[in-house]
Amino acid sequence: MTAVESTQLALPGFDAAKQRWEDAYTRQLPADSDVKRNRSGIEIKPLYGPDDWDGTTYLDTLGFPGEAPYTRGIYPTMYRGRTWTQRQLIGLGTPEDYNERIRFLIDNGSTAISLLPCNSGFRGLDCDEVPFPLLGTCGTVVNSVDHMDQALAGVDLASISTAMNDPTPFTLLAYVLGVAKRRGVPFDKVTGTSNQSDYISHYVANHMFYRLSQPGSRRLLVDHVEYCREVVPNWNPVSVVGQHMQQAGATPAETMGFTLSTAIQYAEDCMARGMDPDEILPRFTFFFDVSISLFEEVAKFRAGRRIWARIARERLGAKDPRSWRFKFHGQTSGVDLTAQQPLNNIARVAVQAVGGILSGLQSMHTDAYDEAITCPTEETARIAVATQNILREEAHLCDVIDPLGGSYYVEALTDQMEEEILAVMATVDAAGGMYEAVGSGLVQRMIGQSALAAQNRIDRGEEKIVGVNCFQTDDDGVPPPPMRPDADAMRKHVHDFIVFKEARSQADVDRALGQLRRAAQGDTNVFEQVVEAALVGVTHGEIVAALRDELGFGDPLVVA
Amino acid sequence: MSTPLRVLVTKIGFDGHDRGSRLVAAFLRDAGHEVVYTPPWQEISAVVTLALQEDVDVIGVSSLATDHLIVPDLMEALCDAGLDHVEVIVGGIVPDNEIPLLTDAGVARVFGPGSSREDIVDGVEELGRSAQQRKLSRGGFEA
Repeated sequence: MTAVESTQLALPGFDAAKQRWEDAYTRQLPADSDVKRNRSGIEIKPLYGPDDWDGTTYLDTLGFPGEAPYTRGIYPTMYRGRTWTQRQLIGLGTPEDYNERIRFLIDNGSTAISLLPCNSGFRGLDCDEVPFPLLGTCGTVVNSVDHMDQALAGVDLASISTAMNDPTPFTLLAYVLGVAKRRGVPFDKVTGTSNQSDYISHYVANHMFYRLSQPGSRRLLVDHVEYCREVVPNWNPVSVVGQHMQQAGATPAETMGFTLSTAIQYAEDCMARGMDPDEILPRFTFFFDVSISLFEEVAKFRAGRRIWARIARERLGAKDPRSWRFKFHGQTSGVDLTAQQPLNNIARVAVQAVGGILSGLQSMHTDAYDEAITCPTEETARIAVATQNILREEAHLCDVIDPLGGSYYVEALTDQMEEEILAVMATVDAAGGMYEAVGSGLVQRMIGQSALAAQNRIDRGEEKIVGVNCFQTDDDGVPPPPMRPDADAMRKHVHDFIVFKEARSQADVDRALGQLRRAAQGDTNVFEQVVEAALVGVTHGEIVAALRDELGFGDPLVVA
Repeated sequence: MSTPLRVLVTKIGFDGHDRGSRLVAAFLRDAGHEVVYTPPWQEISAVVTLALQEDVDVIGVSSLATDHLIVPDLMEALCDAGLDHVEVIVGGIVPDNEIPLLTDAGVARVFGPGSSREDIVDGVEELGRSAQQRKLSRGGFEA
């Protein structure tokens, strides 16, 4: 941080005035008042002034929106030109259930869609090989082109972007392309993002997504980037995810550090394959949690933009300014929400969303208030979208670009967060980069320690959560009933899937799986064969099983 | 404290969110108990085998994303393996209307969000002692 000697300030009388305030502050402060720290462990002062940030480095460290280092935003117009994309992450039940929900959300203001597959799919299994009670309870059961066609019925693939929660080997994009082909939509008109392409974040944070071995996933991601660059050029093949790590307990500064280190790893892996950074980095996107620690989040994102611009240019050698832009999706943090007094979560989500908007995010998901209990019901999902509508339309948050820029506090905190983030990245670099740092368990241990420290602060009452360790009530109200798919509809869905498999050309399936295996054994593009297999009716579980066989099972290192 | 308990902390089904299970494992270790911790995504048969091999008193199943719906299958498998003296607890997100599904199947306690460290440790200790008693009374061996 660039603390300024007060004697350098052209403010006669500053020192004396500050001393007067400090004396008064010390005198009037309650004796038991604590030192304040943010979640990243940075001590927060009661007041910031021109001796903390004086603006003399403005052009180097802030600049103007749309210009490097993009601290104030990645586009010149930001929300004056176009507000953020409202992209609610949705997944439940059968493809028909999903289709009904996305149409409802689009009617209520969503401007893009996303699809979360069933947890069984995340583990790489088809619906006919898993315990029935779990199907569709946490995501949509999509195992084939037919399923994707049902899920996206009535959605114009040429005009609406479709984010898929789609870890390696990216079968959902293959199924989207299958649907595009059926409907005559050229592949270069298909837009969207492979969310959850960040296998390292899954390996680290042990979410439900891990399928293939580390080396197998590493190779598949590069194959995927290479294929999309040629064939689906308007698709974002890489979404680097900080969200999992922050949800698992990483501090905001650790999260940004690990995420940027991961992005460096992916860029360098692609460049080692011979790709030019300017061909790939403009299609890199990021996905983060936005917690309720509002100023810390704003500083996290502003610092992240600044660091990425520098890394893309100086370390990765990108020359195109589009490669330097840190585009990110923010999701309001589920960890901050409580099962106790669940309606309170509407207030929490609103504060988190304000933080995201003040950070200049490009797209946002707001959690429904029943997030801590169940998948959202239609009513809770509507309130979540309405929260974004209210903030955009009523709160005048979009009038000024980077409205917190120039705040002594926010600028000083942005500088301090940058230092913390860089320290985390240096630790990762010293361990040999992110791939090595997660292989050895270093990152998992750091996250586990931070999670325990956070829980200890809550248990000691140092961090307050309304309804959990203060303002508890005996009756938390009636929780919304959990969303569970209709069992008869799901049974029919599984039955139809089995019938579909029996009716396929087994010769086509065998040939496609053979080609897929040969690609995995050799060095041709595996994702190209995933797409070919999808087009002839090979199912998700069959593709993942073949690749697990060739490339190794996904068995993350668990650090207890 | 008397003999430490042996507690298996695990996750079955498809969800991998393990922040809670890791914390609970740490709480129990801090309280002096022996914790056997598994990664998420365990098959029910693997949990039963581990419970047998490790001779545990309590099994804690963490469920954040509907995996509790197959806990009744786990209860049946434990019974079939002669492990009906072992107490099973479930922690995490279980909607109120689905708690009877678990308790009817023999789950001893369900710890919801906001359960304090003391609640969890005290609850596990109370259940673990009774599991140990039951094992001894039926002529089992002391580990």
